[in-house]
Amino acid sequence: MAKSITAREVLFDPVFKNNPVILQILGICSALAVTSNLNTSLVMAIALTSVTAFSNLFIAMIRNQIPSSIRMIVQMVIIASLVIVVDQILRAYAFTLAKQLSVFVGLIITNCIVMGRAEAFAMQNPPWRSFLDGIGNGLGYSLLLIMLGTVRELFGAGKLMGYEILPLDTNGGWYVPNGLLLLPPSAFFLIGFFIWALRMWKKEQQEKPDFRLAPQMKEEE
Amino acid sequence: MEQLLSLFVRAVFIENMALAFFLGICSFIAISKKVETAIGLGIAVIVVQTITLPANNLVYTYLLKDGALAWAGLPELDLSYLSFLTFIGVIAAIVQILEMTLDRYLPALYNALGIFLPLITVNCVIMAGALFMQERDYNFAESVVYGVGSGFSWALAIALLAGIREKLKYADVPNGLQGLGITFIIIGLMSLGFMSFSGIQL
Repeated sequence: MAKSITAREVLFDPVFKNNPVILQILGICSALAVTSNLNTSLVMAIALTSVTAFSNLFIAMIRNQIPSSIRMIVQMVIIASLVIVVDQILRAYAFTLAKQLSVFVGLIITNCIVMGRAEAFAMQNPPWRSFLDGIGNGLGYSLLLIMLGTVRELFGAGKLMGYEILPLDTNGGWYVPNGLLLLPPSAFFLIGFFIWALRMWKKEQQEKPDFRLAPQMKEEE
Repeated sequence: MEQLLSLFVRAVFIENMALAFFLGICSFIAISKKVETAIGLGIAVIVVQTITLPANNLVYTYLLKDGALAWAGLPELDLSYLSFLTFIGVIAAIVQILEMTLDRYLPALYNALGIFLPLITVNCVIMAGALFMQERDYNFAESVVYGVGSGFSWALAIALLAGIREKLKYADVPNGLQGLGITFIIIGLMSLGFMSFSGIQL
């Protein structure tokens, strides 16, 4: 079965058809906290995509040498080392951004997407294919992150990446920024609405309700 | 003493792990369909958080911090860049030991919490607790209080969410919003509620 999947499908399936965040509820933890502006969202998206891709690559390369009883620890060490590299690079070249992201770079280690793909895909597939799968899943996550970051910064502050797009009320323009979008709850609402929109488009992803209210009976006359 | 108390209150209400920092959301959503299992997981998180945070604090203060290895004759060494790797290792090891100890000596408790323990290693709350502790430079006493407080904040949030979701079966939710979508919107509303604490100065 695995043979019939083309490289193209490995790369693009996780973006729309099987989005890790929206469908598998993986890796939302960090997806929300960093999206109050587009800059941090982009950096986080790039960081996670590269960690997923390279951890998949390295794990797939040594997958036949890893004893199955300690595979979790081996995966964890590879992932943690890659995250340390990313963190050091960020600190060296983008210190203010690294400060804004604070603990969330470190939390890539416990991001379920990275661990989940390593366990589910990289342990069974050759390195190149696993690398593509890592990029694909990273892109699926990035897509959501960038959408959230754009909406929140554009309507919450009238800016994108720090540049004013909608002329602000305070600077003599017409747009009164909606401060709620910069606060934590808005991220939850927006993800809820994204899921709603996606599921109206792709009906097969809808969940069946556990219970249905019985239709109201007509009273006997 | 007063300072520790205010740290606890702040960790539980103002800086709620789940609702203000979005941590541990994966299991927050997956395990909150029933109140009983939610409380079970919540208690497991409190226990693990209370043990691992002070442990990580000790490891950080005496092994990793800048100049912490002075007692070993290496005052210039700064190993703090290894903190991610060390924290996750300590957490995984402690969870494993806890699981084996409970299995051996307290089988009743193991049956109640056992299934949740492996989940906790990859729960961001535990790792985030350690990283916040490092970033804010807590001392040992503070790390104990912060461990209890942040664990409790998460347990409180998941128990509340499970309570709401149990009642949700009486609601007629639109098709596309069913399940995951409506859960996010509920969490958003809860988070909005918890934001009312954010003005409190302690």
